[in-house]
Amino acid sequence: MVHLAVALEGAGWHPAAWREPDARPDELFRPRYWGDLVTEAERGLLDFVTIEDSLGAPRDGRTDRVDGRLDAVLVASRVAPLTRHLGFLPTAVATHTEPFHLSKAIATLDFVSSGRAGVRVRIASSPEDARHFGRREFPVPLPDLAEEAGDWVEVVRRLWDSWEDDAEIRDVATGRFVDRDKLHHIDFTGRFFSVAGPSITPRPPQGQPPVAVLSHIGEIHRLAARAADLVFVTPHDREQARSLSAELRGLRPDLLVFGDVVVFLDETEQAARDRKARLDDLDGAGYTSDALVFTGTPAQLAGQLLAWRDAGLAGFRLRPAALPHDLTAITRGLVPELQQRGAFRREYEATTLRGLLGLSRPANRYAGASR
Amino acid sequence: MKQIHLAAHFPGVNNTTVWSDPQAGSHIEFSSFAHLARTAERAKFDFFFLAEGLRLREHAGRIYDLDVVGRPDTFTVLAGLAAVTERLGLTGTINSTFNEPYEVARQFASLDHLSEGRAGWNVVTSWDAFTGENFRRGGYLPEDQRYQRAKLFLDTAFELFDSWRTDDIVADKSSGVFLRDPRAGSFERHDAQFDIAGRFTVPRSPQGRPVILQAGDSDEGREFAAATADAIFTRHGTLDAGRKFYADVKRRLAAYGREPHQLLVLPAATFVLGDTDAEAEELASVVRYQQVSGQTAIRFLEQVWNRDLSGYDPEGPLPDVEPVVGGDAVAKGRAQTRMYRDPVATVRQWRELAAAKNLSIRDLVVEVSGRQTFVGAPATVAEAINTYVQEDASDGFILVPHVTPGGLDPFADKVVPLLQERGVFRSEYDGTTLRDHLGIDR
Repeated sequence: MVHLAVALEGAGWHPAAWREPDARPDELFRPRYWGDLVTEAERGLLDFVTIEDSLGAPRDGRTDRVDGRLDAVLVASRVAPLTRHLGFLPTAVATHTEPFHLSKAIATLDFVSSGRAGVRVRIASSPEDARHFGRREFPVPLPDLAEEAGDWVEVVRRLWDSWEDDAEIRDVATGRFVDRDKLHHIDFTGRFFSVAGPSITPRPPQGQPPVAVLSHIGEIHRLAARAADLVFVTPHDREQARSLSAELRGLRPDLLVFGDVVVFLDETEQAARDRKARLDDLDGAGYTSDALVFTGTPAQLAGQLLAWRDAGLAGFRLRPAALPHDLTAITRGLVPELQQRGAFRREYEATTLRGLLGLSRPANRYAGASR
Repeated sequence: MKQIHLAAHFPGVNNTTVWSDPQAGSHIEFSSFAHLARTAERAKFDFFFLAEGLRLREHAGRIYDLDVVGRPDTFTVLAGLAAVTERLGLTGTINSTFNEPYEVARQFASLDHLSEGRAGWNVVTSWDAFTGENFRRGGYLPEDQRYQRAKLFLDTAFELFDSWRTDDIVADKSSGVFLRDPRAGSFERHDAQFDIAGRFTVPRSPQGRPVILQAGDSDEGREFAAATADAIFTRHGTLDAGRKFYADVKRRLAAYGREPHQLLVLPAATFVLGDTDAEAEELASVVRYQQVSGQTAIRFLEQVWNRDLSGYDPEGPLPDVEPVVGGDAVAKGRAQTRMYRDPVATVRQWRELAAAKNLSIRDLVVEVSGRQTFVGAPATVAEAINTYVQEDASDGFILVPHVTPGGLDPFADKVVPLLQERGVFRSEYDGTTLRDHLGIDR
């Protein structure tokens, strides 16, 4: 079995995707647009969607590309109640934000979705983003940013555990709402910040919502191994899929390694290529990506994904080049192909995101600590 | 006749919530928030309201455990509620101290898009180092800067909200023009608190900017509200006190070139309903003593006395010892500790009150810690609320039920229809945005 996720970004990952006939560029900031995308993803029984975000907007002077974006955590929370099984991994930027705020935000998303929240953690290395906050000198060397992000996740995770699951006792006889021995200060002190805790939000339904990182280089591989449950990598061929998954699982054996692929999916390979060429033409540049850009049919993609699975990847995060076209091709074309090959679920087997990913509910690190 | 504005407050972490009531449900599951919001929307309320806490309260060095503890993240739960309601305003408290304007403006503008124009922001000005221990910058804000930071924070957020014009997004497929002006979202801000510049990521939201609420009763707080807020919420127990406050804040508006209708006065209030007034009075007394247990009363006094009073009987007379002035406060992370700035004078007043009315410790706490409560049969409560509004003691109320999440249901079913019959409360929503409901300009 493979795990399958979709990375949602604006009108799709190709910069000219918003000009496709079925694109809805005037609705990119409306809840209905995002609701339609996630209900389609759930129809395809996908494990989860990620929602891209950043704390900055491009200053490239171009007026022919999608510009502007909404806060990804809020988008996820707005659409989660429209679904029942799909997981949500909004992007959160660790570099300038408060781990206390994001810890309770993701915990709350887990309550809103009854156990289907996760978070994709991102570093903001650009001086432009730093100027939006104005507190720090930039640039900062990547190893420092990665260390800070690792601390950020550590704080977020400790705060999730800062309430034991059974801390709320509502003991009428003694008048106590909580057993305060089951609430814990986290007392984190690090190079970049310190946080006392406990969280104001109780431990979320999953205990620890899954944390994901996209990684291209060693420093971030090490961050993923330290902090994440899931890592997205960008192999361009089967050999890279094998070496990346081996490298990451060498750092931490239980890390789930997903391959990212940008997809143009059509009835024929030629139609997919033609569509990419047409969009490239509109944009005035040939689209390239950190991930492999796949053009072809759902059946061809299914074959390639299964080969990469055999090389060691646990799953895939597909980046639809154009929305909704390539999302629908995934849910109605690729998914049946994988099902026919016995490689993808025919119905949801769990109600939580951890359950879908085959992760058990973790014990609380503080349980019993003060007794 | 003036139209009444009503909002529903999801009760937070204070002793208003009677968690021991057999009908009390979860205070954290999303279904509880959805229940209260749907009830408020069914009753055509203006908005749903959430308070905020950024550190669990502590008492004598330990986490306070007698009241409801824990709450969700404000933005995230409001975004979820936008999915299960269509018209109800969604307002939340976000403080200007432990946040940065770029991030908060992004979140509010996003919430306004995701709710199609229903977002509201209650700006508060926490400053204490105790709360600061949960944040990167720590407890850094001197108390006398808190309103300066709040004002500059809000000015900066407004600049960000205004950095996109309504028509900046063209999204014309045939011409290939997505953005009218590549500078859309550009901002620059250099003041005593913030030194920031760049591009804001969120296009102009349906309301332009969220509705701004402000709580605070100090002179500075009133002035801040008069200058910038769309609504002020407060607590004034009597009609006379309410009318004085109302007149005072409305008078302050002229200095900022604003009209009296541009700042709504919305006190928080609880309610207890019965089939008859007598039954409601009886029930209200039961509720008050459920809210103030003997232990709650002792800990309440310890906040003011600033010392251990655990040896005193809550059903007995007030402690005969004097309060400890100065030093670390027994209670941390709760607003009440700042409400009694002169403990010696407070204790003197309370002793006089207890002597005059022959009150035990618990009786006294019931007496002094209550907030405005409407008690009676539905017709009595409807009449009282309408009187406050028609006589200019308020423009409406933010109602805090004492049972979560079903406590608003009887009000929606029994009181709201009476207000509608009198023609002082809407039967249907006229508009779609929170600004529409409140009758304030975009």
